[in-house]
Amino acid sequence: MEKEKIIAVKNLTKKFGDFAAVDDISFDVYKGEIFGFLGANGAGKTTAMKMLIGISSPTTGDATVAGFDLHSQSEMVKKNIGYMSQKFSMYDDLTVKENIIFFGGIYGLSRAKIKTKIASLVKELQIEDIINSLVGSLPLGWKQKLSFSVALLHDPQIVFLDEPTGGVDPITRRQFWEMIYTQAFKGTTIFVTTHYMDEAEYCDRVSIMVAGKIEALDTPKKLKEQFKVDSMNDVFLKLARNIE
Amino acid sequence: MKTIIFIIQKEFKQIFRDKNMLRLIFILPILQLLILSNAATFDVKNINITIVDNDQSPRSRELIQSFRASTYFKMTAPFFSEKEAIEEMQKGNTSIIINIPVHFNRDMQKEQKTNISVIINAIDAATAGVENVYVSQIINNYNKNIQTQSKSFSNTTEIAENILVIPSFWYNKTLNYKTFMVPGILVLLVTMLTLFLSSMNIVKEKELGTLEQINVTPIKKHQFIIGKLFPFWILGLVILTVGLLIAKLVFDVPMLGNILVVYLFTAVYLLLVLGIGLFISNHTNTQQQAMFIAWFFMVIFILMSGLFTPIESMPIWAQNVTLINPIRYFVEVMRMVMLKGSGFFDIVPQFAIISGYAILMNGLAVWSYKKTN
Repeated sequence: MEKEKIIAVKNLTKKFGDFAAVDDISFDVYKGEIFGFLGANGAGKTTAMKMLIGISSPTTGDATVAGFDLHSQSEMVKKNIGYMSQKFSMYDDLTVKENIIFFGGIYGLSRAKIKTKIASLVKELQIEDIINSLVGSLPLGWKQKLSFSVALLHDPQIVFLDEPTGGVDPITRRQFWEMIYTQAFKGTTIFVTTHYMDEAEYCDRVSIMVAGKIEALDTPKKLKEQFKVDSMNDVFLKLARNIE
Repeated sequence: MKTIIFIIQKEFKQIFRDKNMLRLIFILPILQLLILSNAATFDVKNINITIVDNDQSPRSRELIQSFRASTYFKMTAPFFSEKEAIEEMQKGNTSIIINIPVHFNRDMQKEQKTNISVIINAIDAATAGVENVYVSQIINNYNKNIQTQSKSFSNTTEIAENILVIPSFWYNKTLNYKTFMVPGILVLLVTMLTLFLSSMNIVKEKELGTLEQINVTPIKKHQFIIGKLFPFWILGLVILTVGLLIAKLVFDVPMLGNILVVYLFTAVYLLLVLGIGLFISNHTNTQQQAMFIAWFFMVIFILMSGLFTPIESMPIWAQNVTLINPIRYFVEVMRMVMLKGSGFFDIVPQFAIISGYAILMNGLAVWSYKKTN
């Protein structure tokens, strides 16, 4: 089966002074897959991701995201991607509805379109009773689900999730992953970073970054075979230990 | 354009949602205007004066009476020796000592001429100067032939006997300091409020992480900046309006010129202030840093604005520094239009400078705002 590349990264490097936070990485992500982007703290995941979403410019190297060149067409890239940061960046002092209107608005959606989006979200997520509540007053789990929905408002081809499930209970995490699966099923490519190795098992393919480089990239099953272990957790530990 | 409206809508919602902030934005400036305008006065009044009457004659009592009649002075208990009076000055209970010599009465009658010693506390030189003039005027009015010997200054004040000076004060006939200060203080408040609010606004989004979320959207830099700053531009004009109403209703400050000229100038001036605020926002990472830098500039701007100290009395280098102080021009324009009745053509130089300055600062601000690091 011929797989369509939606992200193609070639020799991407980001240096801060002499320190290479991301050191010459190359990889591809295929359309419609859930791509797990793993690494220890400080391995360079977030820096790499920030380059791909166009808020950090690479020191050297090239990448195309959603078919657009990162250097010359960064605004087109931004139109076609969604991003959910670790901070669930919605405005705490605005209501859920007001947040949706605002983010829909700056992505260029029409008022009518935003209205239908709100109506369908209310139905899908069953949020009738919280749609007019301030985001600041909601539990973390809700904030995560809503940020995910907001990142998808403009129907992007790819959505980038930066540690989307930090700090919530296993049930809420499970529910969140169900949302991710539903979205992936609709054809959206999911690019997700995480620290939870059970989540890594849910991904179609996984890359593991160590010290600015990608040390492994394959399906969870093949990675476990390759490293002769039973779980992604052990793969991760083995990789991190080997490098040290 | 549509995108900008979404941002403006969101900004106004956030401003009006925070009721405490809203109260601060409106009540604090009003309080400041009411309090500062009454306190920041350079009127020299209620001066404590001590008279040492060594003569105890009808004429000396007449002279004392003319001091008593003046509204500027407050008579302390009389002393009978200069030494005692000086001790009183040391304690800070009196500012002026007038020593009427023995034989004052006799000398006035016989020689038509006498000396009176006047000691003035000159720690605050400006005030002492004014007090010296008041004292001399009263003594002069009483009798032109009395020589005052002012001991606070090295040179004795010679009073020209044959020249009659009739001062005529233009533009502020009653020498009312409030008339002079209110427009200036209003300028400070409008500037402070818009500078602080705008410089903290974008940096606040940086702190919250929402700026990153905005930077991954395809929004254009100018759309974001216009949408962000427009609400504060409106807010600045609203504060100006409230302040002008207070100036008129509470302080009865005249509005001789066309009020539209004030608004036109303020509209451009606010763009400049917002540009500075945005520039600060771009170069800081926390609201604390932004506040600190905004204060740094604000203090310099205030003290070098000509509001509290006349620019003409500053050293030349300092005068040159005031040329880049936006508040200086705003104070000038407000006073010109409100008190002198200047029209648009009179303020063209200031208007041109502020417009150019606004273009420069906003250019710098837009240029230094980076969606990508």
